[in-house]
Amino acid sequence: MQCQFCTQPATVHLTTIRDGQKVVQHLCEACARQHHLVEHSQAELNIKAAVHFMLMHQLGPEAEELARLRCPECGIKYMEFRVDGRLGCPRDYEALRLGLEPVLKRVHRATRHVGKRPPHHLDNRRRFNDLYELHRRLCQAVENEQYELAACLRDMIRARESGG
Amino acid sequence: MNLDALTSTTGEWLRGTGPESDIVISTRIRLARNLASFPFTHRATPQQRAEIESLLRDRITRLDLPHPLRYVSVAALAPLDRQLLVERQLISRELANGEGPRGVAFDDREAVSIMVNEEDQLRLQVMRSGLALEQAWHEIDHLDDLLEAKVCYAWHEQYGYLTACPTNVGTGLRASVMLHLPAIGLTRQFEKVLRSLQKINLVVRGLYGEGSRASGDFFQVSNQITLGRSETTVLSELQGVVSKILSYERNARAALMAEKRMELQDRVSRALGALQHATMMTSDETMELLSSVRLGINLGLLDDISMDAVNELFVQTQPSHLQKLVGGPLDGEERNAARARYLRTRLRHTA
Repeated sequence: MQCQFCTQPATVHLTTIRDGQKVVQHLCEACARQHHLVEHSQAELNIKAAVHFMLMHQLGPEAEELARLRCPECGIKYMEFRVDGRLGCPRDYEALRLGLEPVLKRVHRATRHVGKRPPHHLDNRRRFNDLYELHRRLCQAVENEQYELAACLRDMIRARESGG
Repeated sequence: MNLDALTSTTGEWLRGTGPESDIVISTRIRLARNLASFPFTHRATPQQRAEIESLLRDRITRLDLPHPLRYVSVAALAPLDRQLLVERQLISRELANGEGPRGVAFDDREAVSIMVNEEDQLRLQVMRSGLALEQAWHEIDHLDDLLEAKVCYAWHEQYGYLTACPTNVGTGLRASVMLHLPAIGLTRQFEKVLRSLQKINLVVRGLYGEGSRASGDFFQVSNQITLGRSETTVLSELQGVVSKILSYERNARAALMAEKRMELQDRVSRALGALQHATMMTSDETMELLSSVRLGINLGLLDDISMDAVNELFVQTQPSHLQKLVGGPLDGEERNAARARYLRTRLRHTA
């Protein structure tokens, strides 16, 4: 069997099910390396890259656009989400919306929540917004080893939390 | 934290006292929630996870509840204790085997548990004995409101409660009913039941949730869809399906009693005999035999043994409980011998 990208014999075979149809792709070792499907140092299949490769194929014409989606808050890329199945932060639902809605339609056959709403949400947004900002700055300060700043932030958080 | 005291007791949900408890072991509802201003657990830095844990631990332990919750840091527990909490269904395998700061708060009835830093930062759970979807929903809805008054949830006008995995987004609700269906198993009608479930997006799993095998005729039925359908719709759909399965099981039990009573009596007596006298017993075999004994009690074929004693044995013969009860680590063969010994002692006085 020939590689679908060149004329060399194919040694890597990937099977996906798309719309209920089996799709098999055949690559030679050199082309598989070029698509990062096998690591240079070892002949084992790079599973993450293989899933990525198959996803790009499966997503069709919009693949390039979806591959560019990235959350400005947590940095997760759409393709990372598709490989791992988990999102990085609450902001992703907006940032990756274009690629996420088809997933929601497939899983839930719906894209709009019906049911309970958090009763204190608006109050909480007001009360907690700057508290969370302080938490975030505290984490950063600790990571940067700015311990004096961290201690000061912690005092501010405690004061606010005990007041809330 | 010493959890040894738990081994000799069971959670209230195992007492076998709730509605339809001849077939329905328990009802469980869980809600997935996250905080608005942190990354989801798997993407949070160790420092952020520690912050999330300390914040939530503080809020959870300050909840004003009739049955106060105690918080256990799962990261600080020995592997055997983590497994013990899994066997009691207080935590998931994912939380037990996870990494970093994480924990669980639960009450003395083991009816409420709140996992912290699981796939979602908060996994609220309410367990009830028997079929009690409505009561479980009221309890968890109230718990959710109390907690939400103290922390800001990740919420979106269109998508509802935001979760790490989009399969849980919306209500974040998973309701599960654990069923004991020995007669459906014996009359080989399970295929029929499964087919009726798949049509309405419910999923069937084994006793210990996702990825676990259905053994001893125990099955969990739960909803899959969390977006676009309200909590009450999902719960009433589940209630409807469970009622249908209950009538299949009751019909199958009646048919077995009418047509194969002797055979059934023999099966039940042999099961009890093996449990009372065997010297080696695997976990799977124990489940199967206890399943027959449980059916025997429900059909009035055995009257010298109580339902809660049998329910208790299902949990206490699990590997971690057994090792705790014996007081030391056991390998496969030793464990099977210890399990048989434990069963013999517990069932000695049964006729």
